[in-house]
Amino acid sequence: MAGRSRVLVRLVAVGAAAVALLASGCSSQRTDTGGGGGGGANTGPVKVGLVTKTDTNPYFVTLREAAQQAAQQQGAQLIALAGKFDGDNEGQVAAIENLTQQGVKGILITPSNSTGVLGAIKAARDRGITVIALDTETDPKDAVDATWATDNFAAGQKQGAYVKAALNNAPPKVIMLDGTPGSSVDTQRHGGFLKGFGIADGSPEIIGTAATNGDQNKAQQDMENLLQRSADVNAVYTLNEPNARGAYAALNARGLTGKVVVGSIDGGCQAMQDLKAGHYAATVMQFPKKMASDGVTAVVDFAKNGTRPSGFHDTGSELITDKPLPGLESKDTGWGQQNCWG
Amino acid sequence: MTTPVTTKTPARPGERRRPGVAELVLRYPALGPTCALVLAVVVFSLLTSTFLSLDNMSLVVEQSLVVGTLALGQTLIILTAGIDLANAAIMVFGTLVMAKLGSAVGGFGGLVAGVLLCVVLGTVSGSLVTGLRLPPFIVTLGMLTAVAASARIYAAGQSFPVTDALLGALGQRSYLFGRIEVTTGMLVAVLMFVVVWYALTRTAWGRHVYALGNDPEAARLTGIHVNRTLLSVYVVAGVIYGIAAWQSLGRIPNADPNAYQTGNLDSITAVVIGGTSLFGGRGGVVGTLVGALIVTVLRSGLTQAGIDELYQDVATGILVIVAVALDQLARRRAR
Repeated sequence: MAGRSRVLVRLVAVGAAAVALLASGCSSQRTDTGGGGGGGANTGPVKVGLVTKTDTNPYFVTLREAAQQAAQQQGAQLIALAGKFDGDNEGQVAAIENLTQQGVKGILITPSNSTGVLGAIKAARDRGITVIALDTETDPKDAVDATWATDNFAAGQKQGAYVKAALNNAPPKVIMLDGTPGSSVDTQRHGGFLKGFGIADGSPEIIGTAATNGDQNKAQQDMENLLQRSADVNAVYTLNEPNARGAYAALNARGLTGKVVVGSIDGGCQAMQDLKAGHYAATVMQFPKKMASDGVTAVVDFAKNGTRPSGFHDTGSELITDKPLPGLESKDTGWGQQNCWG
Repeated sequence: MTTPVTTKTPARPGERRRPGVAELVLRYPALGPTCALVLAVVVFSLLTSTFLSLDNMSLVVEQSLVVGTLALGQTLIILTAGIDLANAAIMVFGTLVMAKLGSAVGGFGGLVAGVLLCVVLGTVSGSLVTGLRLPPFIVTLGMLTAVAASARIYAAGQSFPVTDALLGALGQRSYLFGRIEVTTGMLVAVLMFVVVWYALTRTAWGRHVYALGNDPEAARLTGIHVNRTLLSVYVVAGVIYGIAAWQSLGRIPNADPNAYQTGNLDSITAVVIGGTSLFGGRGGVVGTLVGALIVTVLRSGLTQAGIDELYQDVATGILVIVAVALDQLARRRAR
């Protein structure tokens, strides 16, 4: 019993010591700000906030690292925050509020839900902060000052055109592995694929669709179930590369890999390996590093000369395949490996 | 007969007792967390020039509202030695009904329907726990899966922006003394905490809740209607989740089936950090309030100190373990 209270007493003592230490640190800090004659917000390097959907997805990790690098090069300070999961509006709103409180000049955000964070973005802009959407547009688009993103419709179109051409005039039987229904990226890529392929929603050529949330396990399961219904398929649209990997696993288990053309979008480094191994035919690379560095530059420019960034900036996309087809501009996996992310 | 009750009565005859800091910490479960909260506020105020401001304090409270309200319901259930894994899913379903139905039949109809749905779902959990005597963990795990999926079916992959004034009313801002920013939601939350605190500490119902959390068999022998009380706890929690749904629309005027996926664990975290025992019968709403605030203060403060946010989770995790360790210590001493 006495031993336990001794432990507690010791804990309290340590706590008290910590407070004392911090208090002494405080007095020196107070002198600093006193000498500077103003709030800490306006002194020191330009602060740039980054709010991603999560901090575990390699895509957002890349975005974050590229932003970090760009900030370092330009003498700015990056503060990177994220939601806990895709769809964590509350986490993103709190992140925007905390960044605003901290006196950032600009916030770069990949909004989880295109409408969920509008209120917090408006509050930040009202306080003179420039807000830029990266990767995912807000709805309405002018809720932010500017957007740097892949033209996802164009990316989908490239995938569709390639898969169609690779079928070599065989009658198409298409399975579509979509992401999260209703999300703008999902809608745009899906629509782009259909346009590039030359079919429409409801066409008889589409023999099955599934909403995978962009998750590899779910994509594999959905693909297995769809193949169970009918293995007579020759083309697969995938929202992203995890979906393509899931589709490959399901096709491979049935020995169908050689007979089906699978296309994808993203441009992660793992996909370059997949393409080389022939797991799927082509992917459309997007450029998160460019989004991040252009976004940071825009905020630093805004801090220096007050020009608010504006408009939509397409950061481009590039068809990657080792089986190039006539009439479709593409790069090989060698180029892909030098430019991939993750 | 009185043995189980004594677990929350600290001073026992026939044992040598030296009241001190340790004794106080163990006697008042909310004391430790309160010290931690004060310490965190002091530390962040010293570390940053932006943390200690009226604006930011308002913000911290606002950021704690939804999880804090969920945690209030969670506290009641944990006090009965139960756990509710489905609370955030129930709340999210509530927000969807409020927003989707509300756009068709008007804000008031949507609000009532949303709260009612939460009460019904809470009652279902409670009935399964009391009627079939299933463990709350399993019941609410099942409810979590089923309710979250039902909410997605109802939403059909969409989220619903809320424009109705009544549904967004808890986000309404006003100023106390012309300086302190307050939302209507904060006032509602304060009122809810006071009501639940009163019910738990000043009514027979509250004493019954503690008693059955300590030892249901002993509670039954003393003449408490264990099942009826237990069911009422789940129903009341359902009401609280309904109001949490309303809070959530005030905070973010958008009902999204993907939102608050970690809300259940976040609310458990707040309750546990607040000193309420996962084994039931010990703790209360004051601790939960403090627990919810600690988590938000850590996030806000570490962000403003420019520290990588993953450290926030490290700190929160450590706090949870410390809180449970203190509870265990108290229980061992009480034996």
